[in-house]
Amino acid sequence: MMTINLIILPVLLQFSLAILLLFFWRRIFTQKIISIAGSILSIVVSASLFSAVYDGEILTMQAGNWGPPFGITFVADTFSATMVLLASISAAAVTVFSSVTIKRARMKFGYFPSFHFLVMGLNGAFLTGDIFNLYVWFEVIIISSFVFITLGGKKVQIEGAVKYFTLNFLASMIFLTAIAVLYGLAGSLNMADLAGKIKTIQNQGLVQVTAILFLVGFGIKSAMFPLYFWLPDSYHTPQAAISSIFAGLLTKVGIYALLRVFSLIFIPDAFMKSLIVILAAMTLISGGLGAVVQTNMRKMFSYLIVCHIGYMIGGLGMFTVAALSGAVFYLIHDIIIKTNLFLVGGLVYKISGELNMKRMGGIYANYPLLSLLIAVPLFSLIGVPPLSGFWPKINLFSESFTTANYFLLGSFIFGSIITLSVLARFWSEAFWKKWEHPVRKPHIRYYDQMPQSERAMLIIPILFLSFISLYMGLGAENIFRLSNQIASELIDTSAYINAVLGSVTTNVTP
Amino acid sequence: MEIILAVIVGLLYASGIYLMLRRSLVKLVVGLVLLGNGVNLLIFLLGGLVRGKPPLIPDTATYLGQVYADPVPQALILTAIVISFGLQSFAIVLIKRTYVVVNTDDMDQIHSTEEDDDY
Repeated sequence: MMTINLIILPVLLQFSLAILLLFFWRRIFTQKIISIAGSILSIVVSASLFSAVYDGEILTMQAGNWGPPFGITFVADTFSATMVLLASISAAAVTVFSSVTIKRARMKFGYFPSFHFLVMGLNGAFLTGDIFNLYVWFEVIIISSFVFITLGGKKVQIEGAVKYFTLNFLASMIFLTAIAVLYGLAGSLNMADLAGKIKTIQNQGLVQVTAILFLVGFGIKSAMFPLYFWLPDSYHTPQAAISSIFAGLLTKVGIYALLRVFSLIFIPDAFMKSLIVILAAMTLISGGLGAVVQTNMRKMFSYLIVCHIGYMIGGLGMFTVAALSGAVFYLIHDIIIKTNLFLVGGLVYKISGELNMKRMGGIYANYPLLSLLIAVPLFSLIGVPPLSGFWPKINLFSESFTTANYFLLGSFIFGSIITLSVLARFWSEAFWKKWEHPVRKPHIRYYDQMPQSERAMLIIPILFLSFISLYMGLGAENIFRLSNQIASELIDTSAYINAVLGSVTTNVTP
Repeated sequence: MEIILAVIVGLLYASGIYLMLRRSLVKLVVGLVLLGNGVNLLIFLLGGLVRGKPPLIPDTATYLGQVYADPVPQALILTAIVISFGLQSFAIVLIKRTYVVVNTDDMDQIHSTEEDDDY
């Protein structure tokens, strides 16, 4: 219960980095240096924020010293700080990777400034305690992502951008409508304040409608069934580094918002729980089936994003401490692993020069050590026992059994098997198969044409994220302690509410 | 006044959604603009309409004595207008670019399956 400005530092750091980079608009090399150094600094800053709240303390900051619930509140509890830390880790890996893979012409059109604006939006969305401010951060995120998705202006990108733009705009409008109705009902925008006021409203039917509006708005952003169709149609169009930050963080911020809003403001009743559970099961099944039929590597990965969203939403739908703990663990695992998966996709493309899996091959024969490295994220994604994807599934599977959600249990298993079969196919096509007709395309800079330093810039981020995945798998008890703490804070929100509203009296000193 | 505003909000939502469901890209953008304005009006309407004074406490008093207009919805609308203005201008540039690159206004034509080997 203390006011501390450290909370806003991850946001401010990214903001100043982005502004600083704007001054070096044409100086690509300087931009790379600043961006990588700044991203590493941001890991340090978020780690210090994380260590400040790790023991369960909740920090708050009132913008402009306006007491809650009138001003905009920033809250750093364990959940927010964890998400900020993961976002900076992923972002740092992606900046290193993008410094050698993004084309020079695209870097000259403001790649790095937009990148830091995007991460600023993510950090802000994770840290805010105000529902309208959350909307504003979402807009910061999507405007930066529009820059990314159109950067390059190729036909397939522009076509993807039309779909991406329209659906994200619609989602924002539905989210804003929900905020309008919520403000009309409760007269507040502070999430902790809303948590108390929402129970006293007479018209609970309208509260339910608002909850559904929030579910639809966040559902579009997090690519939930049946609202995910924009994702596989647009995520495969930008370059690898951009796809990986989209895959790792953009859909996950929707999941974060769902977990936050549906644990704090709208506590799911029986109807809402069963609705979310059905949506989660359908997300798993339809995303999995979509992945099976793809031969394009990037489209297959995009469908895997959709498929795995179901695990987290399913955990929210069951709404017990153990299930939420599983969902949070899966979220922590998924941010790192999905970023890494798309980086791996970029590396495989740099090696083979192909996107269609049927035309790849021979990577294992040519690069055995590299294949071993790539196997780590792929095995973690499937959930092979000691690795990170396995542990959250224990919780999710056992909770879906004890809460008698057998259909959800079935779809969890289905999703895992589909992931296994799809990645096994990817492995056998790209790695084990003999490369039949290696065609060299003149416009691609292949991996074996790169100097050692550039190769290192490709490998280091993947190595870094793989180590973190390995730590999550082998040190799972630490992550479990973290996710259990987050889950119990999500169920029992009194500490959060007290931390925000309790500081009313302590914060009046000028 | 509330009734009129409610009807207008409904009309803006309905026409916005209708235009978004059309196949023309231009109508899509017009639909987005109408939808954005509908949401702004909805915030204004749900914030409560009163014929009140601005919420300023005079120096001689310590609290607001008379009916005042809630400033929060106005601040929200102002923010939302700026954001949707930015998004709408992006949308207009995007559809112009789409027309140049794809050479059509028909959304049904926007489905290239070519594999872009420019990752």
